[in-house]
Amino acid sequence: MIWNESIECASREEMRKIQSERLIDTVQRVYQSVPAYRRKMQEAGLVPGDIKSIDDLAKLPFTTKSDLRDNYPFGMFTVPMSEIVRIHASSGTTGKSTVVGYTRKDLRVWAEVVSRTLMMAGVHREDMVQIAYGYGLFTGGLGMHYGCENIGASVIPISGGNTEKQLQLMQDFGTTVLACTPSYSLFLAEEMEASGIKKEDLKLRVGIFGAEPWTENMRREIESKLGIKAIDIYGLSEIIGPGVSCECEFQAGMHVNEDHFIPEIIDPETLKPLPEGAVGELVFTTVTKEGIPLIRYRTRDLTRLNFEKCQCGRTLVRMEKCKGRSDDMLIIRGVNVFPSQIESVLLEMSETAPHYLLIVERENNLDILKVMVEVQEQFFSDEIKMLESLRKKITHKIQSTLGISVEVKLVEPRTIERTAGKAKRVIDNRKI
Amino acid sequence: MTMIAKQVSVFLENTSGRLNEVTNILGEAGINISAFSIADTSDFGVLRMIVPDPDKAVTVLKANGFSVQTTPVVLLTTPNQPGSLAKALKILSEEHIFIEYLYAFSMNEDSAVVVIRPSDIERCVGVLNHFFIQPEK
Repeated sequence: MIWNESIECASREEMRKIQSERLIDTVQRVYQSVPAYRRKMQEAGLVPGDIKSIDDLAKLPFTTKSDLRDNYPFGMFTVPMSEIVRIHASSGTTGKSTVVGYTRKDLRVWAEVVSRTLMMAGVHREDMVQIAYGYGLFTGGLGMHYGCENIGASVIPISGGNTEKQLQLMQDFGTTVLACTPSYSLFLAEEMEASGIKKEDLKLRVGIFGAEPWTENMRREIESKLGIKAIDIYGLSEIIGPGVSCECEFQAGMHVNEDHFIPEIIDPETLKPLPEGAVGELVFTTVTKEGIPLIRYRTRDLTRLNFEKCQCGRTLVRMEKCKGRSDDMLIIRGVNVFPSQIESVLLEMSETAPHYLLIVERENNLDILKVMVEVQEQFFSDEIKMLESLRKKITHKIQSTLGISVEVKLVEPRTIERTAGKAKRVIDNRKI
Repeated sequence: MTMIAKQVSVFLENTSGRLNEVTNILGEAGINISAFSIADTSDFGVLRMIVPDPDKAVTVLKANGFSVQTTPVVLLTTPNQPGSLAKALKILSEEHIFIEYLYAFSMNEDSAVVVIRPSDIERCVGVLNHFFIQPEK
């Protein structure tokens, strides 16, 4: 079933017309209300009237995560706080969060786009949806929640963690749809095995998984272990949260809700738009958002777009699974982690920056972040208890900055490889 | 007899061959190790040594990329007899001097040396000098 057929199956021309109209309106709004945008456009020698259609999109300046940080917390909001009814935030590069605000209309749009993605995934009103994404500042839980209610499905707002209860409710309530991170779904599958629950004992048929990268191999593993169809959903809080794009039952790319979020692919080096089908950095312009519209926001995710009509009948452009990042951000258990965050914690603790290395592993389907810190003169103490307390202090500080648990290991100086150019700070062994 | 010495401490990861490397470096530099001990956790250890030329030991170890530190410690020479260490520790305890760590070795049949890292090094030396009865010949 298709939630909004006239949009999701619109011709390319119709879509471009809708996008053009909404883009013109958005550019005018941000130019009037957000000093940061006005300044950027003036620097580029642009006035709102220069944007006459979607063909003019590439003239507009980019927006980055640092713009949000520089205008922390509410500087990029286009409407007065009295119009904002919800605030979400995600982790930022230097401890400051990226803050987004939603008006009533924004929440309606969000519920609409999530409703579409649910239908794409084959979810309908008879379904019992267990939402095991975190509820709170993170957009995952509440974003999925209102979409599910909007299509009339029954929601179990269990939030993340508490695996035993997740499994119990799955059995007792007859959950048919599971929404969580892909790695958590595998973790649940293993816990099921351990506690003797068979997939045949459950009514699960669909999983909607996102918030972290995953491979086709993982998909096959999840599908066979849980006996479900595993659907990939994409979103980021800056754009709206989950529901920016999602796969349909054919699992051949994620349909972008492009009447609300216009995607572009650019070369992350030259910043020029790339031809159709080329792999590059994904950039979004939100054209209906009121709280915090973003113009050409650089997601740093690398992917490509496919404009062909899908077998499901939808014409919404499809984006491939993300192939990586154009920056050094890591996604660990659904949380965004920048190596610079860890560096700034270590800097706070001594006068010179120590050498460090981040190692990411996936053990038992859960991401583990290991932080190796070289014990230089400034850190070294002759006493074991001082070294142990240093290790605990570093662990605690990093954990409270990132919001996820880490394993800190003290290593000898010069054990971390030095390279001539940029230091290699991250080893990701997750094979994703 | 009580004196203050410069102990050399080296940070070591718990991996095979590391200790061997330290002893090799010192051996090649012609530095004799009078005494040493290792304190360890599951991930790392601290090697502590008494050497005749601590400054030279620090220089060669640093040149080989080790994290090295010197720490003042008390060297107490006691009779190599049952009860000597107990006597010294009793004095320190009565004077409320805490011991961070301690290791000992015997020099010969007559005397042994105790390496002590106390909470207050000056007081420790003073107390031991004051109270400790010299071995009878």
